[in-house]
Amino acid sequence: MATAQLVNLHRVAPEWHLSIVGILVMILDPFVSPRRKRWLGWLAFAGALAALLAVHRAYDSQGMAYDNLISTDVFSVFVHVVVILAAALSILGSIDYLEREGIQRGEYYALILFATAGMGILAGANELVTAFLGLEMSSISTYILVGFRRRSEPSNEASMKYFLLGSFATAFFLYGIAMVYGALGTTYIDKIQALLERPGGIPALAMLGLGLIFVGLGFKVLIAPFQVYGPDVYEGAPTPVTALLSSAPKVATFALMLRIFYVSFGMASDFWFWAVWISAVLTMFIGNLAALVQSNVKRMLAYSSIAHAGYILVAFAASTTLGIAAVLFYLAAYVLMKVGAFLIVTHLGQRGEARLDIRDYAGLGSREPVLAASFSLFLFSLLGLPATGGFLGKFLAFQSALDAHSAHGTAIIWLVVIAAINSVIGAYYYLRVIISMYFAQPSTDYTPSSVAPALGVAIFVAAIGTLYLGLLPAQVLEFARTAADSLPLH
Amino acid sequence: MPEQPLLLTVVTFLPLLSVVALLLLRSDDHAWIRRIALAASLAEFVVSLLLLRGFDSTNAAYQFTEYHHWIGEAIHYHLGVDGISLFLVLLTTFLTPLAILCSWESIHENVKGFFVSLLVIETAMIGVFLSLDLFLFFVFWELTLIPMYFMIGMWGHENRIYAAIKFILYTMFGSILMLVAILWLYDLAGTFDLEGIEQYLAVTSLPHTTELLLFAAFFLAFAIKVPLFPLHTWLPDAHTEAPTAGSVILAGVMLKLGTYGILRFCVPLFPKAAQEAAPAIGVLALIGIVYGALVATVQTDLKRLVAYTSVSHLGFVVLGIFAFQVTAVEGAIYQMLNHGVSTGALFLAVGMLYDRRHTHEIKQFGGLATPMPVLMAFFLFVALSSLALPPLNGFIGEFLILIGTYLGHHAWASWAASGGVLSAIYLLWAYQRVAFGEITVERNRTLPDASIRERIILVSVSLAILFLGVASPLFTRRIEASVNNVVERINQPETASGGAGTGSMAAQATIAPAGIDRTTLRTLRVRGRP
Repeated sequence: MATAQLVNLHRVAPEWHLSIVGILVMILDPFVSPRRKRWLGWLAFAGALAALLAVHRAYDSQGMAYDNLISTDVFSVFVHVVVILAAALSILGSIDYLEREGIQRGEYYALILFATAGMGILAGANELVTAFLGLEMSSISTYILVGFRRRSEPSNEASMKYFLLGSFATAFFLYGIAMVYGALGTTYIDKIQALLERPGGIPALAMLGLGLIFVGLGFKVLIAPFQVYGPDVYEGAPTPVTALLSSAPKVATFALMLRIFYVSFGMASDFWFWAVWISAVLTMFIGNLAALVQSNVKRMLAYSSIAHAGYILVAFAASTTLGIAAVLFYLAAYVLMKVGAFLIVTHLGQRGEARLDIRDYAGLGSREPVLAASFSLFLFSLLGLPATGGFLGKFLAFQSALDAHSAHGTAIIWLVVIAAINSVIGAYYYLRVIISMYFAQPSTDYTPSSVAPALGVAIFVAAIGTLYLGLLPAQVLEFARTAADSLPLH
Repeated sequence: MPEQPLLLTVVTFLPLLSVVALLLLRSDDHAWIRRIALAASLAEFVVSLLLLRGFDSTNAAYQFTEYHHWIGEAIHYHLGVDGISLFLVLLTTFLTPLAILCSWESIHENVKGFFVSLLVIETAMIGVFLSLDLFLFFVFWELTLIPMYFMIGMWGHENRIYAAIKFILYTMFGSILMLVAILWLYDLAGTFDLEGIEQYLAVTSLPHTTELLLFAAFFLAFAIKVPLFPLHTWLPDAHTEAPTAGSVILAGVMLKLGTYGILRFCVPLFPKAAQEAAPAIGVLALIGIVYGALVATVQTDLKRLVAYTSVSHLGFVVLGIFAFQVTAVEGAIYQMLNHGVSTGALFLAVGMLYDRRHTHEIKQFGGLATPMPVLMAFFLFVALSSLALPPLNGFIGEFLILIGTYLGHHAWASWAASGGVLSAIYLLWAYQRVAFGEITVERNRTLPDASIRERIILVSVSLAILFLGVASPLFTRRIEASVNNVVERINQPETASGGAGTGSMAAQATIAPAGIDRTTLRTLRVRGRP
């Protein structure tokens, strides 16, 4: 029995690493003098790194943990790596940000770690109520993080909005679970698959449940028509939190969606294909068109996140193993470029996040060439230009979708064409930032501040990662493929 | 053929390597930045000449090939050169040093960034010409956009931001649909490798609509780049607003990426669709020839005038390709080189005027032959080559295109010929207004004549013009085998439709339907001048 417990612990090693360090940070917080609080940030970062190493232990002892509640497979490992990486980068970006804004507190880091642990559970959940726990754990932590600039009105508003709508969304999710349970008598993801394969078709109640789950999770990953609150929250949240928010929870939630839609309801892919198709088209158009008119860079990047969720849905619609691999690779590339971009915005925002307008970036190319060049790299990657991870992600997404045309017919080809056209629309607003940085006259009231080492390292890692995924993606791609294969599709 | 296993990689990436050297220099050390950029581009030119030594002109296949796995099983690092791409690479390496030289004194701000952009463009363009893997090709294709975007946006003239964004959005729109087509093709053939796809298409015939759609997606991307009427509207803005070096590279090489793409991908991969679309495309090309020439005539801005000549001249190239005759296609390739050199030279000369007066308005000039006899003499020479005066280069290209086109389409040839007449009108008229007459603006009296640096540039391009004009067999000999190969493939469906089977070698005698036999044509081509 003891060994079984030990195996269980191995399989959720990243989660307990994160939780223990999170608790440690909370305990230490009162004893650390305000001037030294930044060390708690470093402790949290060390915790994230330890969790990253712990992923390896989970990888070595794959299998089901805690009576099939959690499935530790390569898929879960892949998602863990991406999520924890995003959290680690966000922590690095936060340390000096909190100092600058005068809100250096230990619980901030603890909350990031708890949220990450929740996302880890989402990535591995093999049971819907467990997934719900993970979702709540990550959501509640992020509600607080979003409002962490207590004296800032937008931050408060964002937190409130996120909390209200987020709770609403989790309620949808819970309703969905209840209905699926009512129809099938189980909440285990793999068992649902087996039950649906029985003759007699899929019960309508189960499909209704799936619809509600789609709504609930759609809220979390910001896909249309559930994206409305997103930009407000992203804009109001402290920028490093936005970096985290736009990356890690999306990855984890998409992972859960893949499990539910592909594993449990893979049989019904003809049914949910159209929901995904419509949502993808709406998401891309709304995200890109709205981003065109933004002058606030943070808000623009928020809409760009929405657009990217749309591209991910294109691969999602494929409903093939190739599609899963494409989604996973896209998520990895997306996290690096998005976190990188938001961290640069963190630095350039300056005290009180005062400088977020696109005009504030004027002349950055000559003033801070390295920073401007890295920002350009992230923007080009978001835009999808070759030699960056963003391009390869899009490339694989389109490829996997086209590959599935025998199953979905011309609809999916049109989806790819719409996505392609959207990425050109998207080019305009990314290029606007570059125009401002390189082509515009420098604004006069700007005093550059040096990049803090921790933030610099985070940006550097994100930039190298973006290039690595663009130029030498073979290994990560192989990893994503193995991960996709590890899901028990029907 | 001597084994030179890494030659193409070196040719492609040498400019990028020198970028690293440039980045290590201090950014205010302008003198050394210029020198190293020039030295690197000259070294690149010399290295690219090595291609000529080992090139086997009787061989239609790709030569100097390099083949390595890159990403997974489907994507390869595959380079190769054939008669179609050989001289386009040389054109690129020839024009880049001149572009660097012409920016010697006119670029003051962010000098390092400028030369870095120029050299990155060089690598990207050569990469486009040499890639034999569609993924690799697309990477290089998109890579050309960014540095050119910066070049127009940062060092351009008044309206540069508008021009830069128009340029990049137009091109991206075309290329993203091409990406979808590439992926579709991969889905069918299971590889991105050009030769693999060719083999697949040789044994499988695509459904009609599929082929048509794929052709359309590729063609749209290339037609925007060329640019074919009515997709040309980005071109006058981009050319006019770009700095001189940018215009030289844009007009000299970048437009050829489009015509090259048509010749390398559109036509050979989708011959049936190409033949179906040929009448429409031919008409668009003709409209472009005449329209470009007419619009050029009425321009008051010298640089815009030269920009519109590109619309007209590239119309000839497209027409030549879609005539599907060996002679015409050879002429089209030849005309790509001519246009690169001649229009590049025109932009260089216009840039020299701009350096002196900071305007492109024709009205601001007049009577310049008196203060600047040397510069104006070269200007005339270049203009004459551009309007296809025998025995200069432009004549050979247009003549081959017209003859080849005439074989299949009498009407096309006669309309196109009118474009030749119009080019004499706009170029000579413009030259007359700039060089002759009274000096109306007082400042123009004291303008300095061409400096040593400018003379080096002008002599280089003039020699190239003359050489292309009198030594055309040296070029066509190496182009011919590959062109035969392409034209064979395009005409195969016709010949094969009577008989059975695919892949027959029966299409050798596709040209010469109208009483002109191959030998006559060859003599014409070799003499090519009165």
